Amino acid sequence: MLLRAAWRRAALPVTAAPGLRSTAPSRRLRLRVADHAPQSAVPSDTAAAPESVMRPLYMDVQATTPLDPRVLDAMLPYLVNYYGNPHSRTHAYGWESEAAMEHARQGVARFYRSRKKHVITTQTEHKCVLDSCRSLEAEGFQVTYLPVQKSGIINLKELEAAIQPDTSLVSVMTVNNEIGVKQPIAEIGQICSSRKVYFHTDAAQAVGKIPLDVNDMKIDLMSISGHKIYGPKGVGAIYIRRRPRVRVEALQSGGGQERGMRSGTVPTPLVVGLGAACEVAQQEMEYDHKRISKLSERLIQKIMKSLPDVVMNGDPEHHYPGCINLSFAYVEGESLLMALKDVALSSGSACTSASLEPSYVLRAIGTDEDLAHSSIRFGIGRFTTEEEVDYIAEKCIQHVKRLREMSPLWEMVQDGIDLKSIKWTQH
Amino acid sequence: MAASSRAQVLDLYRAMLRESKHFSAYNYRTYAVRRIRDAFRENKNVKDPVEIQTLMNKAKRDLGIIRRQS
Repeated sequence: MLLRAAWRRAALPVTAAPGLRSTAPSRRLRLRVADHAPQSAVPSDTAAAPESVMRPLYMDVQATTPLDPRVLDAMLPYLVNYYGNPHSRTHAYGWESEAAMEHARQGVARFYRSRKKHVITTQTEHKCVLDSCRSLEAEGFQVTYLPVQKSGIINLKELEAAIQPDTSLVSVMTVNNEIGVKQPIAEIGQICSSRKVYFHTDAAQAVGKIPLDVNDMKIDLMSISGHKIYGPKGVGAIYIRRRPRVRVEALQSGGGQERGMRSGTVPTPLVVGLGAACEVAQQEMEYDHKRISKLSERLIQKIMKSLPDVVMNGDPEHHYPGCINLSFAYVEGESLLMALKDVALSSGSACTSASLEPSYVLRAIGTDEDLAHSSIRFGIGRFTTEEEVDYIAEKCIQHVKRLREMSPLWEMVQDGIDLKSIKWTQH
Repeated sequence: MAASSRAQVLDLYRAMLRESKHFSAYNYRTYAVRRIRDAFRENKNVKDPVEIQTLMNKAKRDLGIIRRQS
């Protein structure tokens, strides 16, 4: 709390400078990566050579991703020229917009409220799923939150045991956004289809990054988010199986668009962007995965080689390499984030970054309270470079060493004292 | 139409690298240069002229994208 307040106070005089907001980010701290000056609001007499605008390195791809230039290229015509409403039936503007929308279609809902009133999900789902389940509970549904093992993966036997005659839906996310753990989706799909229960998976972090086949994995419903796969923000999609039919009830009522499942004019440029992002992801999946795995290995090896007492959260085998969650013992996570001020990182997830509570995901995998506070999530994406990874590893090692030097707990550990045996005085 | 010659492929490669240097964002710039190099390297042993033409067409389209977006 104190650290964040101190940072805000320090940043205030800097952000007070008006007029430059379009080019410089509001946190004009000492930064690193030199972008060539984009649209310059800066008067040109200050520099003859292109002025370098320094911005932090971006390592928070689980929070959001930059738009791939290919996606923007696909979207622009629909923002500038082909701006028709896709639901207009009577003219070419509508027809071309509708054609684009259909072309981009990959496959926002609520499950059909039948007599079945039981839903199963896990404790490490994304906050939005957990909140939705809570509101369902308020409406009279019964929800089971399955615990996860230390690896972050659910126990399949527990899932089977939890399925009751009145279970209508099981919802398990494919790749966790905080620790990067991959759930055994194919096995879960198998269990659900044999027990005649619908299976929903939140694949926001997984689409376009790992191979997903809704038929092989027996997935009935799948959620897709545009801005996690280098597409635009503000658009997502849900895949709803047709055979056997999954009936859903609309959340938004109105003009009956999208077969009555989601009313409201379909935003053609965003949808085209989503389609383009998925297409690009499909083509680039293998290349990206290989590269990201290599960079991930590199980062982890560098850090673990130079620093003792670093724990990687989540199963190392069933793990998406682009999401690395490390706990640095005896260092406070927020202070490390502040120290790494020229890198855009996160501890926990963006949705919970305002609160100072340790992440519920880490708590669910049984991480100690103090280790949970010391965790940082590194995100490696399509556009991350080797230089960025090296830089981050170096800075991380440097700052962790420095912070540990300052830490009395570290001193005690060096002297051989077992911290768990200490009796802290109560006031 | 004659299949793309080695010279044409190399010209396209150089043109793409040149245009990619104009991206103002560091991440886009480095990605474009790296991806172009890796893609051309990966396909350097392709012998089938139809396949070569398909790849060249895709590369030309991507060159157009880079020109517009950089």
